[in-house]
Amino acid sequence: MAKKMIVSLAEMRVGEGGLVAGFAAGRGAAHRFVALGIRVGRPITKKSRGLFGGPVIVQAGGTQIGLGRGMARKVMVEVER
Amino acid sequence: MKKILLMGNPNVGKSAFFSRLTGVEVITSNYPGTTVEYTRGYALIAGEKYEVLDVPGTYTLEPTCKAEEIAREMLKEAVSRMVGEADIVINIVDATNLERNLYLTLELLERPLPVIVALNLWDEARHHGIEIDVEKLKEWLRVPVVPTVAVTGEGFIGLNTEIYKAYAPRVRPHSAEERLLDVGKLVKDVQTIHYRRHTLRDRLEELTVHQLTGLPIALLVMVAAFFVIRQIGEGLIGYLLDPAFENFYTPLLMKLSGWLGGAGFWHDLLVGHLIASKVDYLQSFGLLSTAIYIEIGAVLPYIIAFYLVLGILEDSGYLPRLAVLMDNLLHRIGLHGFAIVPTLLAFGCNVPGIMATRILESRRERFIAATLISIGVPCAALQAMIIGVLGKHGGGPIAIVYAALFGSWFILGFILNRLLPGFSPELLLEIPPYRLPPLRLLFKKLWWRVKAFLKEALPIVMLGVLAVDLLYLAGVFNLLIGLFAPVMRGLLGLPKEAVTAIIIGFLRKDVAVGLLLPLGLSVKQLIVGCVVLSMFFPCVATFVVLCRELGWRDMLKSTAIMIAAALAAGGLLNLVL
Repeated sequence: MAKKMIVSLAEMRVGEGGLVAGFAAGRGAAHRFVALGIRVGRPITKKSRGLFGGPVIVQAGGTQIGLGRGMARKVMVEVER
Repeated sequence: MKKILLMGNPNVGKSAFFSRLTGVEVITSNYPGTTVEYTRGYALIAGEKYEVLDVPGTYTLEPTCKAEEIAREMLKEAVSRMVGEADIVINIVDATNLERNLYLTLELLERPLPVIVALNLWDEARHHGIEIDVEKLKEWLRVPVVPTVAVTGEGFIGLNTEIYKAYAPRVRPHSAEERLLDVGKLVKDVQTIHYRRHTLRDRLEELTVHQLTGLPIALLVMVAAFFVIRQIGEGLIGYLLDPAFENFYTPLLMKLSGWLGGAGFWHDLLVGHLIASKVDYLQSFGLLSTAIYIEIGAVLPYIIAFYLVLGILEDSGYLPRLAVLMDNLLHRIGLHGFAIVPTLLAFGCNVPGIMATRILESRRERFIAATLISIGVPCAALQAMIIGVLGKHGGGPIAIVYAALFGSWFILGFILNRLLPGFSPELLLEIPPYRLPPLRLLFKKLWWRVKAFLKEALPIVMLGVLAVDLLYLAGVFNLLIGLFAPVMRGLLGLPKEAVTAIIIGFLRKDVAVGLLLPLGLSVKQLIVGCVVLSMFFPCVATFVVLCRELGWRDMLKSTAIMIAAALAAGGLLNLVL
């Protein structure tokens, strides 16, 4: 049975979707996420992961966003697995 | 004159919008007190002339308080100051992405300014199955809302009639949370999204960033770009410029030469030395022969070709994807993916490339990026001459020059990343969808860039050639040649006369490469000469921006690194080849 769990964007699987749960980041970084369209409670999908720890690409709202690994670890997402 | 401010998120088609609203007459200038560039133009609306300012794209007006985000801060400061002076704000909203874009809109509505909302990319939104109730949105925002397609001009008549009716709504200041809540409610109320099939474009977007296919495609794109640039450049030279010079300009020059008596001070200054009683454009070194030929006949074709291809890469939306793909590599040299943008720009001319390093967040990154650009990224003018000089010896020598430059770029970056204190921030950027570059805008931008090149390069080339001639006549070169001969011969294996080229390289690198020709160098010496010239010392224009962007202390540091790197790379090539 699928159960809800919270993982970071870096740990999400490619193609997996979920709802943004929060940011493990300071105000400044959180603010930049929100400005780009990554907002708490809104759906987010992981589109691809980079090779050898490269950036991940996500779809949030109407936008695709590239995030370095460290950034990706700061965005927490609620997924069903 | 009343001012119109164009404001919106990045990648909403703002430049196309600007170009549609204004005529050809466009000025790029620095905003007083800051270094953020903005574009200014004029529009005639209902018989009244307006000044239109294209503000750099921004997601929000709120200042964030992080020391490393100076660049962001400057932008915001400029924005808030501009807002204070404007008469009307046209808020350009990406209709395909209402939710993110409306946050800025709500912020703007809280300012005491008349606002008009343009729902741009309206056709794309329709295509995506996104339906927006414009009337309802108008009621919500209480300002005019006009759907537009900047690329085709759809909706602009409607927009023009709204401009003089625009008024400022009275909205109390909200908190960020309140605004986000409002945006959520608003979007739910006015927007319906219909189901849409996976399109070819979606496929292409996935393939070009996929962990397996992304890098090979990027490599293919770069190689293709290089070949297209070379083909266009060579085509322009072979079919247009060389015949034009041969059939029209040379007879004219020969007439002048005969009229001046075939020799003497003025003859040698203007026409140059005749070689086998004819003008040799690369060796005569006259103001009207070599100076004109290098810029117009040899370099201009490649400038046109380069900026055309760069424009396509920029406007199609490929660059942000390239930034994501290059992130890993660039992290090894203390930069992140976005540094690929200034680096690519620098392949046209180092000056705008170094200016574009402002988009990088930390001072450390900017220092690394600017230094590496001056060392390892040859500008289009320099490349045109390198190809011109080495081309007749086949592709191998050219490949060696590029490999040596890339190698130095990477190794030096690696070392700088280890030595300099601090760390490099992480990548975080929007990846806009692929779009067909609007042709009108593409050619307009090409025209601006080519014009800027001619305006800035031609006088300096003239000056460079003049300096060569005068210094040569005054015997200064002989003095310097004697002084630096040991380094030239011992370390680099070049004849002592090559000192002249290095010195002139400070003025213009393309002219400097031209100076290598009369020396009768071997292929190996030409390779070493080209590499050393590329890496050694930036040209004077680059020097000035380096100083402005980094401050004189860091500029001197950067220059010392360049000289050391150039001598090391040149010496090594001399040993190995």
